[in-house]
Amino acid sequence: MIEGIFVEGLIYGIMALGVFFTFRVLDFPDLTVDGSFPLGAVIMARCIDSGIGLTAGITLAFAGGVAAGAVTALIHNKLKVPHLLAGILTMTMLYSVNIRILGNRANLPLMRKETLLTKATALTHGTLSETWTLLLLFVLVVLVIKVLMDLFFHTDMGLTFGAMGSNTQMVISQGVNPDTYKMIGVGLSNGLVALSGAFAAQYQGFADINLGQGIVVSGLASVMIGEFLIRSTRISMLTLRVIIGAIFYKAIMFLGRYYGYTIHLTPNDLKLVSGVLIIGALVITQMKKPTKGTK
Amino acid sequence: MIAIQDASLIFNAGTPNENRVFDAFNLTVKKGEFVTIIGSNGAGKSTLFNLLSGTVMPNTGRILLNGREVTKEPEFKRAKTIGRIFQDPLAGTASNMSLEDNMMVCLKKGFKGLTIGLTQSRRLFFKEQLATLQMGLEERLKDNVGLLSGGQRQALTLLMMVLSTPKLVLLDEHTAALDPRNAEIVLSLTSRFVKEYGLTTLMVTHNMQQAIDLGNRLLMMDAGEVVLDIGAEEKKGLTVEKLVAMFSKIRNKKFTSDEALLSR
Repeated sequence: MIEGIFVEGLIYGIMALGVFFTFRVLDFPDLTVDGSFPLGAVIMARCIDSGIGLTAGITLAFAGGVAAGAVTALIHNKLKVPHLLAGILTMTMLYSVNIRILGNRANLPLMRKETLLTKATALTHGTLSETWTLLLLFVLVVLVIKVLMDLFFHTDMGLTFGAMGSNTQMVISQGVNPDTYKMIGVGLSNGLVALSGAFAAQYQGFADINLGQGIVVSGLASVMIGEFLIRSTRISMLTLRVIIGAIFYKAIMFLGRYYGYTIHLTPNDLKLVSGVLIIGALVITQMKKPTKGTK
Repeated sequence: MIAIQDASLIFNAGTPNENRVFDAFNLTVKKGEFVTIIGSNGAGKSTLFNLLSGTVMPNTGRILLNGREVTKEPEFKRAKTIGRIFQDPLAGTASNMSLEDNMMVCLKKGFKGLTIGLTQSRRLFFKEQLATLQMGLEERLKDNVGLLSGGQRQALTLLMMVLSTPKLVLLDEHTAALDPRNAEIVLSLTSRFVKEYGLTTLMVTHNMQQAIDLGNRLLMMDAGEVVLDIGAEEKKGLTVEKLVAMFSKIRNKKFTSDEALLSR
């Protein structure tokens, strides 16, 4: 069981990293996530189903996410629409797009198909149990993504993203077009989210167009739990705590699902729990906030 | 270097709130000039800077920088040759990032790619440069800029601006929000940098004495016009009293900025 929580936490941690990028680094509350997560899932499922291949599936899922994010940023930049509305627009449109990608279906099972997971378990067959194989696989995947992300934030472009989130005027004064950067940033973020969706589809064994409902809230909750657990300003710690936050979030959801009945909680209440979790985190950070001027 | 030709700027044109800030405004500044600009509130000093840096576009007229027409160019494009410092000491730096990260972002103008520019030799270079500020900042490269005082942040902004080698410098009352001691330090740094790098500079100030002491040309603005344009020679014998008297004579009204008169 505990391995399951870790694996799920790691998979959703990739999505939380994307949410962290837009919400925390760029200061661009992006709701495209609710559409780009299932987008990654359906692209991956379709690629597996039609035998296009795993590498192609993962690449296409990432590219699809980048494109979705870029569309949101484009709507926001060119039409001067607030970020929230731009995200909702893309998310809504993606719902139809996702159904199309699945071939006018709402879901697509991946039973008896070769996925990254079946490949990995076949490789370690006899030496490691299936759950441990998956755990190892996703620890590796997430580690690679985390390290790449840390490296990215050390490049000149990554630093500029950091500066843009806290002081857009400063970045404009450096001759940088903030619109271009928003497109790159929101694109990359949604690329990560779609990647997470691609892994989630393989892990669950199916892709469903409703996979993304409320996912942005769970991502945000993960980010906040992480911030609550670890205090730091170093980027490697910031990304680490997002992943840890995602694992904790999954653990809380797991507890809610399996032991919630003792307080008459049903799985239907979990969305409410996620929301309350975020509100709770907000309240606590409000209370912990030092008096003005000491920051 | 700069030429503003017949520029007019009207806010809320065609509404009851119509506000004509500039009407056929003309200004030329030569390369290497250090121009100080004074004027009462609402005279159009900051709007002049906004016009030059592209935050607002003129309704009619042309703006030339280095002989290139930039009238319709967006702010970020023009910013490649302009270094602008605001009154707010927080405006030029990102508080949640370290000193070295801030300096890295500001080192070169223009699009930033996927290279890691913050190398050990860069850090040494930053240290050397910070040492010239004599504020002990060279030991605090890893500190978040949010921990620095307003004066330190403004000095850092000034240094970063100079290092990015702008062709034109716009200082928008950049010492007004600082305490007198820090204002003094930032001001002396300003004159040192302007001399050292031969920067073409426009500086808005509320302090008349400052405007007289610094620079080699003085402009006084009122209601969207340059009412006094005093060159280097004439500026030498100038005092605040003379300046106020000259203003009253030309505009036939009293110079109204208490702040400007009090902060001698």
